[in-house]
Amino acid sequence: MNLAIVVNVVIQGVLTGLVYGLMALGLSVIFGVVRVINFAHGEFAVVAMYAAYVLFVTLGFDPILSLFPVAAAFFLIGYALHALLINRFIGRSEHEQFILLVGLAIVIVNGLLMIFGPDARPTNLPYSFDSYLVGPLFVDKARVYAAVGALVVAAALFAFFRYTTTGTAIRACADNRTGAAVVGLNIKRLYALTFGLGLACVGAAGALLVPIADASPLLSQQFTLLAFIIVIVGGLGSMAGALIGGVVIGISEALASLFMAPSIKSMFSFALLVAVLVLRPQGLMGRRI
Amino acid sequence: MTDLWSSIPQRGRVTLLVLIALLLAAPMALDRYLISIFVLIFYYAYVGQAWNLLMGFAGQLSLGHALYAGLGGYVAALLWFYFGIGPWLGVFAAVAVAAMFGAAVGWLGFRFGIEGVYFALLTIAFAEFTRIAFDNMPFTGGAGGLFLLYDAQRSHEWWNLRGGPLLFYYIGLVLAAAAAVLTAWLARSRIGFQWLAVREDQQAALALGIDAFRVKMIAMLISSSMTAIGGVLLTFYYNNLFPTQAFDIGRSIEIILAPIIGGLGTIFGPIVGAFILTPLGEGLIALTGSLGIDAPGAKAVFYGLTLMVIITLRPDGVWPWLKRLLALTEVKS
Amino acid sequence: MTRIRTQSNRRHVLAGAAATAATLAAPAIGRAQGAALKIAVVLPRSGYLAPAGQSCHRGALIAPKVLADYGYKVELVHIDCESNADIARTQTERALDDGVQAIVGAFDSASTLAMAQVCEQRQVPLIVNIAAAPQLTEQGYKFLVRNFPTGGMLVSNGLRLIKSLLDVTKLDAKTAVFLHANDTFGTAQRAAMDHLFPNAGLPFTLLDSIPYDPKAQDLSVEVTKVRALNPDLLLVVTRATDAIKLVRDMVRQRFEPKGIISPGSPGLYDEEFYQALGPLSDYVLYNLPWANPKAQMTQALEAAYTPANPTFRFAVECFNVGFTFEALLVAAAAYRTAGTASGVELMKAVRETKIANHVMIGPPLQFDDKGQNVGIPSAAVQNRNRTPTVTLPAEVATAAPVLPMPGWQGRT
Repeated sequence: MNLAIVVNVVIQGVLTGLVYGLMALGLSVIFGVVRVINFAHGEFAVVAMYAAYVLFVTLGFDPILSLFPVAAAFFLIGYALHALLINRFIGRSEHEQFILLVGLAIVIVNGLLMIFGPDARPTNLPYSFDSYLVGPLFVDKARVYAAVGALVVAAALFAFFRYTTTGTAIRACADNRTGAAVVGLNIKRLYALTFGLGLACVGAAGALLVPIADASPLLSQQFTLLAFIIVIVGGLGSMAGALIGGVVIGISEALASLFMAPSIKSMFSFALLVAVLVLRPQGLMGRRI
Repeated sequence: MTDLWSSIPQRGRVTLLVLIALLLAAPMALDRYLISIFVLIFYYAYVGQAWNLLMGFAGQLSLGHALYAGLGGYVAALLWFYFGIGPWLGVFAAVAVAAMFGAAVGWLGFRFGIEGVYFALLTIAFAEFTRIAFDNMPFTGGAGGLFLLYDAQRSHEWWNLRGGPLLFYYIGLVLAAAAAVLTAWLARSRIGFQWLAVREDQQAALALGIDAFRVKMIAMLISSSMTAIGGVLLTFYYNNLFPTQAFDIGRSIEIILAPIIGGLGTIFGPIVGAFILTPLGEGLIALTGSLGIDAPGAKAVFYGLTLMVIITLRPDGVWPWLKRLLALTEVKS
Repeated sequence: MTRIRTQSNRRHVLAGAAATAATLAAPAIGRAQGAALKIAVVLPRSGYLAPAGQSCHRGALIAPKVLADYGYKVELVHIDCESNADIARTQTERALDDGVQAIVGAFDSASTLAMAQVCEQRQVPLIVNIAAAPQLTEQGYKFLVRNFPTGGMLVSNGLRLIKSLLDVTKLDAKTAVFLHANDTFGTAQRAAMDHLFPNAGLPFTLLDSIPYDPKAQDLSVEVTKVRALNPDLLLVVTRATDAIKLVRDMVRQRFEPKGIISPGSPGLYDEEFYQALGPLSDYVLYNLPWANPKAQMTQALEAAYTPANPTFRFAVECFNVGFTFEALLVAAAAYRTAGTASGVELMKAVRETKIANHVMIGPPLQFDDKGQNVGIPSAAVQNRNRTPTVTLPAEVATAAPVLPMPGWQGRT
């Protein structure tokens, strides 16, 4: 087990972690602002994967590039979903939200099963099998492109929240809902917007995942769990936290696989989750709850 | 006990008696298929009630309850498998182990102030962690599974949970009924009120001198112990265990559907929920079949939609609405 | 789940009756002529085992017609157990209440066991088409038979074939690593490997056995671990999606073992494997029981399969289709022998099954007193031109095995 191998593994972990981090970012935005526990998060990611897959198969779009149309579509879907359905569940107890979204998750997964069948759908891209050779290190091209995509989207979202009025308004809502209402912000519309943005993130992440994983209805459950773990570890309400959380989880799972049996690598993520919940519930980057 | 009974209005008492009589007599008229459905209904009513105690009364959202069912099942099964110790004895060890884990989860959660969805994730983490651990432990059979021998000679040993569907029907019925009685009794007891106080406003409860930690812990211990017993029952019903099935988050979700749909924090909620959901699943299979829909996944889509509709229209659950409709008030709401 | 009656039962009953008179001397007079055996086929067509379940289902759909051509009358009821043991159990009870006389299934060990409880109590034959857990036939069930090898059988046959492969191709392999999924199937294989490898007389040393989580999205670290050990041979036990990821990561990390061989697992011959990898899918080997390309019944099965499934290939699905068909064949043949569908007698006939002409490679189909068919040999199947090709044993082979594998680079 020489250093090159360890470094290689860490790098791969970072790259994959960034894409998962983007997915978690969507969840963080939704939960942090709208305070809805989106237990159908993984399912949305899988739908996005299929969307990118279909675009690839019918129109030949590279999934990395289709993150734009997919994210846009998901924004609209998110907005509509919130306005029509989720809106009623704001402020309701967590278990009610949970059942609604679990029901939705079941519908989505089995709908996908009915439409696409159970077999995984691989996408064959020209760079699927290529890797960059950097000294003794192999770095998958597909992972690099996806990670770059994730960073671009995250940066765009960050810029939106930091530098636009709407973004600031949303942050205000998150910080102090009553205050925001008093000041005259249209809470409902901002929530819908946020939900839309959160889903847009998931959409982008799904598209970016396509070169790395093959679309299948059965992936969703792990994605949901993973998103939640990352959000908690990284810190709720912190966008950088979601990405950093993703990277941390990516690295820890990679190293756990390397040094222990790969079959128990998820145990580490869960142990990390428990540790964070107990010792530092605001996560690595979150503010004190 | 008489106190409980007399607090139910006349109409409710009659309905209850009639229902119990029907359920006791039902197996004579039902085919095996329906009996097998009832076994599941009673199981979900029972573990749903256990979960209801923790969530509906003490207000703690656990999404990893399959942990206790799985542990209960495995402990009893391992004792039987390796030492021939029957479940009538093994259930005590099962309860002890599950309660220990429940105490650990509770201690971490309550001591460190982990609330709401964070607590839920803590419970998920414990369940998943245990699942993977069991997957990798050879002496439990690991991912390959634990199998209990089928011995036709011993099939009369009801205390060892060897027997046909009738045995499990009646045990399930007794457990579900006992859980309801226990919940009713607890709800009217001091601890029941303390739970409600903590659930509604923990700060205020603390100000009143209620030891929130102790109260929540008690709920956790009772809930996990009860769930373990259910796990033992199910394990000996199926005679096998796999970590992916026993501890799966899907199982945890199945456990909480009935009490939420039926009515959280009520006594008959989990029972009503179980009587709705299990037949709903089976009914949808029959329906999609008779409609000629040969698409795997169709039934599940309808099931998911039904859940969404019910929770949107009846967010407090079906039982409170049904109760009002039939003008039956129950013991404690 | 759907209770689908096969098309045109009456027509097939009549055709079957004619065929029976024409092809075989019917041994039993005075039994219910014209009554089909009602069999429930329970498969996980949704849920996490859906890919395999649907594949088996395609075999079940064409079975009645092919069986009719051989003079057997069956009526099938198709049940989706949704990869859920609760549903497997209740739906089996329901099927039996509706007059089903035998059960075939269920690929998923937990569901199979749930059904076994029911079949044992109701004394109805359960014929397991595919299921991994070795213990299924060790639990003392009198009404269960399994026409599928145990993990131990798969591995011991698989190891023997590896030796033959090395002899035939004259490959010099000194080291190997065993990489396996940590699910029911993979664990069973691992246990068998641990037990059997030391005495298998193979010329290479096993450097390590690495379990991985089959639900993991990312197997690059696992591949890195293997690459660090740099074995000549990589022995794998995978499912389809993991197999794709493993090979993909091997290509990206430029790790080229001399051979990738599965001692007995699925995954290396699913259609998605070929689609994802193209020419990179070629030359991997898997030692599995396989449909005998030279058997008449196999050819009849293929003839029925192809028009019914234009988007699937028989060569790729013959494993699932073949075993599912054979399970139904066992039931149908026992019905003919017993002359009755009454559980106890039917089961007796099932246990005394001896079918010389069947679909999978090997000696006549029969069961030992535990209900296990111990005579299911494996074949060394290699991907050639993205098609599974039997290369050993020579009597049933359609091509010679090629080892070492050509490198990845020339093939993209």
